[in-house]
Amino acid sequence: MSNITNQTLSELIKNIKSKKISSTEVTKAFVERSEKSKKLNAYITDNFSSAIKKAKNFDEKPNFELKLPGIPIAVKDLFCTNGVKTTAGSKILNNFIPSYESTVTQNILDQGGILMGKLNCDEFAMGSSNETSFFGNVQNPIKENLVPGGSSGGSSSAVAANLTPVTIGTDTGGSIRQPASFTGTVGLKPTYGSCSRYGIVAFASSLDQAGPISKNVKDASILLEVISSFDKKDSTSIEFKRNQYSEELTNNIKGKKIGIPKEYRVEGMPQEIEDLWRKGIEYVKECGAEIIDISLPHTNYALPTYYIVAPAEASSNLARYDGVKYGFRSPGENLIDMYEKTRSEGFGEEVKRRIMIGTYVLSSGYYDAYYLKAQKVRQLIKKDFDEAYTKVDAILTPSTPSSAFKIGEKTNDPVSMYLNDIFTVPVNLAGLPGISIPAGTDQKGYPLGLQIIGKPFDEQTILNIAYSMEEKIGFKNQITDWWI
Amino acid sequence: MTIDLKTVKHISKLARISVDEEKADKLAGDLNSIFDFIEKLNELKTENVEPLTSIAETTLRFREDKINSQNIREKILKNSPDENKDFFVVPKVVE
Amino acid sequence: MDLVSDQEFLIKRNNNTYEVVIGLEVHAQVISNSKLFSTSSTKFGAEPNTQVSLVDAAFPGMLPVINEFCVKQAIKTGIGLKAKINKKSVFDRKNYFYADLPQGYQISQYKYPIVGEGNVILDMPSGQKEIGIERLHLEQDAGKSIHDIDPNNTFVDLNRSGVALMEIVSKPDLRSPDEVNLYIKKLRSIMRYLGTCDGNMQEGSLRADVNVSVRKKGETNFGTRCEIKNVNSIKFMQMAIIYEANRQVDLIEDGKSIDQETRLFDTKKNETRSMRSKEDAHDYRYFPDPDLLPLEISDKFIQDIQTDIPELPDEKKKRFIDKFKLSPYEANILVSDIETSKYFEAVIKEADVKLATNWITGELFAVLNDKNLEISDSPISANNLAKLINLIKDGTISGKIAKTVFEQMVDTNENPQKIVQERGLQQQSDPKALEELIDKVIENNADKVSQYKSGKDKLFGFFVGQVMKESKGKGNPQLINKILKEKLNG
Ligand SMILES: [Mg+2]
Ligand SMILES: [Zn+2]
Repeated sequence: MSNITNQTLSELIKNIKSKKISSTEVTKAFVERSEKSKKLNAYITDNFSSAIKKAKNFDEKPNFELKLPGIPIAVKDLFCTNGVKTTAGSKILNNFIPSYESTVTQNILDQGGILMGKLNCDEFAMGSSNETSFFGNVQNPIKENLVPGGSSGGSSSAVAANLTPVTIGTDTGGSIRQPASFTGTVGLKPTYGSCSRYGIVAFASSLDQAGPISKNVKDASILLEVISSFDKKDSTSIEFKRNQYSEELTNNIKGKKIGIPKEYRVEGMPQEIEDLWRKGIEYVKECGAEIIDISLPHTNYALPTYYIVAPAEASSNLARYDGVKYGFRSPGENLIDMYEKTRSEGFGEEVKRRIMIGTYVLSSGYYDAYYLKAQKVRQLIKKDFDEAYTKVDAILTPSTPSSAFKIGEKTNDPVSMYLNDIFTVPVNLAGLPGISIPAGTDQKGYPLGLQIIGKPFDEQTILNIAYSMEEKIGFKNQITDWWI
Repeated sequence: MTIDLKTVKHISKLARISVDEEKADKLAGDLNSIFDFIEKLNELKTENVEPLTSIAETTLRFREDKINSQNIREKILKNSPDENKDFFVVPKVVE
Repeated sequence: MDLVSDQEFLIKRNNNTYEVVIGLEVHAQVISNSKLFSTSSTKFGAEPNTQVSLVDAAFPGMLPVINEFCVKQAIKTGIGLKAKINKKSVFDRKNYFYADLPQGYQISQYKYPIVGEGNVILDMPSGQKEIGIERLHLEQDAGKSIHDIDPNNTFVDLNRSGVALMEIVSKPDLRSPDEVNLYIKKLRSIMRYLGTCDGNMQEGSLRADVNVSVRKKGETNFGTRCEIKNVNSIKFMQMAIIYEANRQVDLIEDGKSIDQETRLFDTKKNETRSMRSKEDAHDYRYFPDPDLLPLEISDKFIQDIQTDIPELPDEKKKRFIDKFKLSPYEANILVSDIETSKYFEAVIKEADVKLATNWITGELFAVLNDKNLEISDSPISANNLAKLINLIKDGTISGKIAKTVFEQMVDTNENPQKIVQERGLQQQSDPKALEELIDKVIENNADKVSQYKSGKDKLFGFFVGQVMKESKGKGNPQLINKILKEKLNG
């Protein structure tokens, strides 16, 4: 049997169910490798000893009916976990221990999953490189001093480095798909309303969705099956028939119509990405799918729209961090002074910047010009997709306009950092499902991803397309364990 | 569009985030470059477009009028920065 | 009922006459078991922070889920205000920082409220006056800041945080403190009939922001208004309006301008003053709450509520006047409070309407007033009062004796029949026995009899009084009259 931590989720499940390995062995193996991988800074909080205890409990009374039988999983530190510190990557929640569990992590625990720890992320999920975390930047296991993407950078790094078999992240503008693309992993953002937002530290409520990051498409489908659920505690959770995604997974995509949007050929995109995209098109053709040229005319307006909508919602969502009920407080002479000091010292620069943008676009005299305008353009962007989906079943694009960049390379230029999300943001604005799969590497050997965007609630189709492409691509992540 | 220091001060007041003088300058610069980028939206005519507020195309679901949450004062107050077993405590508010 | 003067409320300075223009934003706490967006209890008076859920305290990742009953209550109230019910409404966030506002925003309704325009009728001495309702919307209540436990700190109790409020906004149609008094009482009366708000001002279930402006009499444009925040008694509202209107007139007369601002009524100093702490937080940055979808209700949903609407004070009053021939004044008194009207209707189910009206508005109200009791805590049950009235009606006791019985009922809460029996208070209606008493009186007052016979008619009353005295007050007055007349004239 191959090294435990190299195994995929589905292999681990199979081996645990057939009693070839125990949950304790699996958990210990991942814990041990995580302990040796401190240099990656993927974890904010570990839950290792409790995880091993839980694994032992599982082995004493195993339940192999469960979908994640005794599988240890580390999750992004944006999910509130009962009794385990939850920081959202921020100083302002540095000491916060929830007394409740997010619905998504509860679903994992209910299916036999074991919480291994909380993974690093950009502060309040605001970032594309994991450099805004109060707990320091995360290393991309591909190469030293390379960013793992963001905001679920700790998550993508941990999966790529085999510190956890799979993980869950959150995606507001690309925070699952972009880091997956940067680390050679698979990342899926489900349709808005598929996974409950209950217990997830909110960034932008109308865009946030939780989703899996994994080594392959099959694993993503297993985890999606577990975390996707209708939840009465979230008013935006949607009741629809959810598939048994992993059971219905197939590489037969014959006759599927796949759209190629011309607007995604952006200026200055590296030739390698252009080539990769073309290769992707060839692969799906070989699988029997039909390629159709489409237009998403408002693509170019997605990022400016996003940078109004997301900060506006965030400025309000983050108002609760005021030093009164929980988290960090800086003493003040009076209430207002306490607020201003607490929030000034408790939030990092990027978070403050976005709160300022959001406050400004909602403020009196500017609401119509910015926020209302953005909501209208958002409608146009959604209509673009509606229109496209009258002709195609899914859309194929690159995941990101570049491969992973060096730590520190873009920190002084917010706009160039924001451009990272150019291909992922429209999907959030339109509430659609999207998956990024590793499709090759650039000249430097850094992974590059392709994104498949689906119709609302049609995760199965994009999983199937991704699954059949994965077979053709045969991507193998080159990890050298340079940090150990 | 230019965001001047006065505007930065005003927004920081609204957002309850104090910004010191030297940072205010840099912030104004950052915000200006971000808003230059956002201004692109003005290219679009949107008079007749219905704004999109929620992407979930359903309506609000009702909850029954039942009391399910019991007294959890201890849990509620346990994370609060100023320790008090009955109340949240903040510096004196003067009206 | 309050007697309001028919005089206009005008302020005279030098040669100028000003009128005051008032609009109210009433905050009425919705009667419901659980809060608007969370499942904790709304009960008043619990230990601090014991009715606070994770949602109410705005813990990270907590989300609002709306209470159907609160929506129904708002619609019900809207129907009671004869208002337009909006089938689609939207919840917005009103953003500001305050210690007792855990989310940093209040979920409210801004552009699209659940209830639109309606009206309330005031009964003025000169006739009816209609006050326009601009809108009614649903929103969350805040917690409570307590400033007087500790000299250096403010304590926050979130029990009230998240309780549903209806904000009822009037048009600027009110012109005097008296009208404000009537308006608030009418609004409270309607909501109590509907069971949507208990109207308890001491417990803060009903508070108002009072918008006041002044203008020269005859002017049609409005002056600059000031908003006096969160006044929690009618008396204070009236005092605040009088102070504020005079302050504004003084400013105008001095050639100064009025700043549109939020003010606070200081109940100790009896004056309004500017609220500096809220000054820079005035930009609320409303936007639709992305955690909540638009609220859409069907015609059926509204119709079902409609069938649940009880008879409201205006209709009840009309019925009392038409059916029972009550005067508008009497009808008003009996309908203005739902408990009074219930009591009245319980009494008249078994007893005479006219007597019931008189006894309730007279004797009973006097006692309640005296003892500072609500009618629901009346020492005399509706049933017992009906019995008492029936004893009068069937001649068992006289109206005068009834007052004695009533007094005892107040003290002992006993059945009047039992009191009458035990104390032998039945009216003496046996003609033979009365005749004996009358003969005795005539015999003992021979001189008065001859005076009477020689034309001094007024002495008849004297004989009646004497016979009554002999009967220890129990003689049937009609019978005594009749027999006396026969004897004296015969
Ligand atoms: Mg107000
Ligand atoms: Zn209000």
